[in-house]
Amino acid sequence: MKNETSKQKNLKFFGIGKVLPYLKNYKKPLFFMVLGSLVGSLVDTGVPLFQRYALNHFIGEGTLDTIVLFVILYLTLICGGALFNYVSAMYSMKIEVGVDRDLRNAAFNHLQTLSFSYYNQNSVGYIHSRVMSDTQRIGSLVSWTVLESLWQIGYVVGAVVVMLAINTKLALLVIAVLPLTVLLFSLFQARLTKANREIRELNSQITGDFNEGITGARTIKTLVIEDKMEKSFVADTASMRRKSVGAARLRGAFAVTMNFASSLALAIVLWKGGVIAKTQIGTFSMFMSYAQGMMEPVRWIVDAISDLITTQVNIERLTRLLETKPDVNDSAEVTAIYGDSFEPKKENWEPIRGDIRFEDVSFQYPDGDEKILEHFDLDIPFGTNVAIVGETGAGKSTLANLICRFYEPTEGKVLIDGRDARERSQLWLHSAIGYVLQTPHLFSGTVRENLLYGNPDATEEQIDRALELVSAKGVVEKLEKGLDTDVGEGGDMLSTGEKQLISFARAILADPRILVLDEATASVDTITEQKIQAAIDTIIRGRTSIVIAHRLSTVRNADVILVVKDGKIVERGRHEELMAAKGVYYRLYTRQYEDEATYSVLG
Amino acid sequence: MENEKKTKTKEEKAFSRKLLWDFLRGSKLFFVISMLSAAVAALADMVSPQIIRMAVDNALGGKESNLSPFVMGIVDRFGGFAYLGEHIWIMAAAILIVAAVKVVAQYCFRVYNTKGAETLTKTMRDRLFGHIERLPYAWHAKHRTGDIIQRCTSDIETMKRFVSEQMTSIFRILVLLVLSLSFMLSMNWKLTIIAMLPVPYVILRSFQFHRKIGAAFLDCDENEGKLSAMAQENLTGVRVVRAFGRERYEKDRFEEQNEYYTGLWMKLATPMARFWSISDVLSGLQIMLIVVFGSWLCIRGEMLPGEYIAFLSYGATMTWPVRMLGRMISEMSKAGVSIDRVAYIMQAEEERETGKALTPAMDRDICFDHVSFAYEGSPEILHDISFTMKAGTTLGILGGTGSGKSTMMLLLDKLYLLPEGCGSITVGGVDLRDIQTRHLRRNIGMVLQEPYLFSRTIAENISITEDEMPMERIREASRAACLDETVESFQKGYDTFVGERGVTLSGGQKQRAAIARTLTQQSPIMIFDDSLSAVDTETDAKIRKALESRFGSASIILISHRITTLSKADQILVLDHGRIAEMGTHVQLKQGGGIYQKICEIQSASAEEVSA
Repeated sequence: MKNETSKQKNLKFFGIGKVLPYLKNYKKPLFFMVLGSLVGSLVDTGVPLFQRYALNHFIGEGTLDTIVLFVILYLTLICGGALFNYVSAMYSMKIEVGVDRDLRNAAFNHLQTLSFSYYNQNSVGYIHSRVMSDTQRIGSLVSWTVLESLWQIGYVVGAVVVMLAINTKLALLVIAVLPLTVLLFSLFQARLTKANREIRELNSQITGDFNEGITGARTIKTLVIEDKMEKSFVADTASMRRKSVGAARLRGAFAVTMNFASSLALAIVLWKGGVIAKTQIGTFSMFMSYAQGMMEPVRWIVDAISDLITTQVNIERLTRLLETKPDVNDSAEVTAIYGDSFEPKKENWEPIRGDIRFEDVSFQYPDGDEKILEHFDLDIPFGTNVAIVGETGAGKSTLANLICRFYEPTEGKVLIDGRDARERSQLWLHSAIGYVLQTPHLFSGTVRENLLYGNPDATEEQIDRALELVSAKGVVEKLEKGLDTDVGEGGDMLSTGEKQLISFARAILADPRILVLDEATASVDTITEQKIQAAIDTIIRGRTSIVIAHRLSTVRNADVILVVKDGKIVERGRHEELMAAKGVYYRLYTRQYEDEATYSVLG
Repeated sequence: MENEKKTKTKEEKAFSRKLLWDFLRGSKLFFVISMLSAAVAALADMVSPQIIRMAVDNALGGKESNLSPFVMGIVDRFGGFAYLGEHIWIMAAAILIVAAVKVVAQYCFRVYNTKGAETLTKTMRDRLFGHIERLPYAWHAKHRTGDIIQRCTSDIETMKRFVSEQMTSIFRILVLLVLSLSFMLSMNWKLTIIAMLPVPYVILRSFQFHRKIGAAFLDCDENEGKLSAMAQENLTGVRVVRAFGRERYEKDRFEEQNEYYTGLWMKLATPMARFWSISDVLSGLQIMLIVVFGSWLCIRGEMLPGEYIAFLSYGATMTWPVRMLGRMISEMSKAGVSIDRVAYIMQAEEERETGKALTPAMDRDICFDHVSFAYEGSPEILHDISFTMKAGTTLGILGGTGSGKSTMMLLLDKLYLLPEGCGSITVGGVDLRDIQTRHLRRNIGMVLQEPYLFSRTIAENISITEDEMPMERIREASRAACLDETVESFQKGYDTFVGERGVTLSGGQKQRAAIARTLTQQSPIMIFDDSLSAVDTETDAKIRKALESRFGSASIILISHRITTLSKADQILVLDHGRIAEMGTHVQLKQGGGIYQKICEIQSASAEEVSA
């Protein structure tokens, strides 16, 4: 699956503008964070001044006359500084997680409205990291990175001002070291970022190797390629070590340069400022403090800038997600009457009957280049059972997608109860549709929660009846806590067959007028198979149903069978008609019949 | 019984400890060098305030202080303090020289520490990978992939950190503390006591805080995991969400969990900010104590200004390391759990040769003699299976799910070992237990029902059993497996990259690639475990024809439910619930009145019956 092409449209100012709206709710915390960090850093700049006073006044003049006031002021300074740092750190953290939360909600909620074409073009993993990690990076950028840079800039500015005020010449000499270090650091930075990226990639490669070595264990054994796999693994870990050590050299050189720069500044102070020590030892000591303390901030600031550059990618990707428009949209008029997906106006909803009509429908997937349907007409009055058959991957779900309005026709219209589906809201339609997937999808939570997914108001009796109808009562009774058993992530605590049955019961509880069912091909044991078969017969009764069919009985009894080949409908009609025609359907059916009969004998 | 259990855990603990020591082979030296470098850097860090001190007190201030003869010797070599006072640049240069030493030592520390860390990681990963590859298949079948991978990645990371960050940091900080303590003591013991006063408290506080906050972090992580899983489920289940019109519910649910998770961090904001700022106050106080008492001592003439400045430097140098120490100690406890988790894997026994490890010729008769088998903790799946398959013939096996046909093949390939007393399997009269496992598997080409391809190119996948297979052989095998044409139609042909777990190929294509891979081995024994089912009937026939013409001398086992696939076999076995129900040729069985005949009739008659 291809992900969004990373079109490098560079956002202005590192894309910060796109984040600004999300900072609106944090004006007060932002204000306190900025204030706190600026004042905090200024206070920290003040500490060497006290040391200077102590040296110049107490030691230089040999008196402790002002010691009480000195201690009080010093204490006030320390506590005041800590207080401001406290305020800025606390608010920074709140902004970080707050912005993170807001962005995540925004992304998640927007995803609920995006069309399936988006989901088809982007892998779940890709979308997932937009929601989970991009938001986090941006959150920490607008809080910690900002806080740190402000603090450090504050410190550097404060120190420079104080030094200039006290001894301009010496100050200029010390400051001269600064641009030199900035230059050096920025040189390192680009290479470091690159090295880090390479290491990350290698790391995921190694995780992938482990994955392969474990999931492919059986194949590796039968092919006797343990040694070969190990060799290629060792090659990967070797290049990992090489790259990591290389990066460490780089990082080491980087840190070392910084340390040396502060020693250089210190040496300059001693060399050029040594004379001051004779008269004003405090001033000398103060310069030493600043000289050593000023290089660290420079590193932080360079770091912050590189942070900004790397986070730009995250901002771009997240923004692209948030700005993607859904292909299927309810018009303003429709929303005014029927409400949207989050705030439905159920009082205006007409009851749905379940008649479906395709009228001169042509369709092409937004990311496809071939027309799948051309001037297609089909009448599916309420209660009709439509079966769609064809080879795997032949594009059988297209019709179901159109009926569910997951996609809209390129031309023509799909009528629901005689009116264009677009005249009513998506949620109105969806609330009347039951959808059972080939690979049953359950959510983590209890069995009950899953059953209630389509109908939160279902009563205990209704649940019971639904389970009975699809013979899933046994499944639930077998579970330790019955309906309140946790099914695990994706329902993994249950077997595929059990999941299938539960998802049938879920569909029945929703009592949809229209049912879309993608039959499973997965092999389950005979008894479960029979249960599933019976369940399907039960649930399609009294509804309009569209079944992407694999089971012969389902196909045979269908009112209309559509045969799909290479994405196109090549035959349609009832079972007898299609068998007589001896075309695609005939061949498909015969082969499947053979398989099924064989398995029924083998048991 | 209980006693036994106890000794075992003791043994396990000893194993864990030994394991880490074992892993450290090859990286120990790097860590030793890195720690030595760290000590040198710490020493250099302590020396430069001393230079400043002498510059201020002796060279510039012209005062006498109590210096060691060693130091005085060096000073005299440079012309004495008076001369240095006139030429202060010499002292500035000395600072730069010490700084250079420090910087080189720091660089060595970083590089050697990383070398150690990376070598350790590499050793751990390599050993784990090699070990996992050689664990018996039964072990793999029993353990969950995700869990093993976690042990191989994050637990390894934790162990690496334990050695390369926690251990070395603690050592470095202790050296720093000892050195600064002794330098301070050499100048003034009274101020030393005062300067060191807050240190134990700061360490203890930081330790306690980080231990407590560690639990909270764990809670945050867990809830982040929940939130992440929720998003994941929503995205994978997007169809269900939409079809049931549950966007609102999903939104509310996600926002609720998001709020809860965010709330956990919000709750931490206050204690964390408080910890940091109180730490700030404490280190500020430490410096203030030095300033105030230092001044007092200077005025009383017990100390010189230069010494006072040096004290300030030491105080500042200690601030961060002391704060780190508590945190490092609190984090060390995590490593123990990780070591145990990794030890669990390393303790599992690798596949090993049990018998004589013979390497006999494999183009011989295969014989199952009264074979019964049960998986651990499950009822018997094969009951008293006996048959002989002549070398170079084709054996067809027909059986339903759970009939034991795949188990038979697993036993034949020694993926599961047939226990003593459960009958025997022989090839050319040699018991499988006495045949070297590698030799056996090399000579058996097996295509599994669910083929597994590696994330490499198609060519690399087909030729994976050999290092440099000529392209012609790859294509030949590919042609025999009816894959060549398909691959040629790909834009990159044989260099097409197969996505992880073979996702870019269709089921049938994967199946055929796996067949081609097996064919390149030219094994005397070939097994196709239902592996022709994913391809259509015509391809199935073509592949079988190719097998016949090119691999006529090989013994071939075909497992299938298609009569057309099986009919040409020299011998057909019908397996029913772990027993041989029928055995014979197609002609015999067709009239045998059993399962085979029934299926045969269904399959040949299906067309007419269906139309009726």
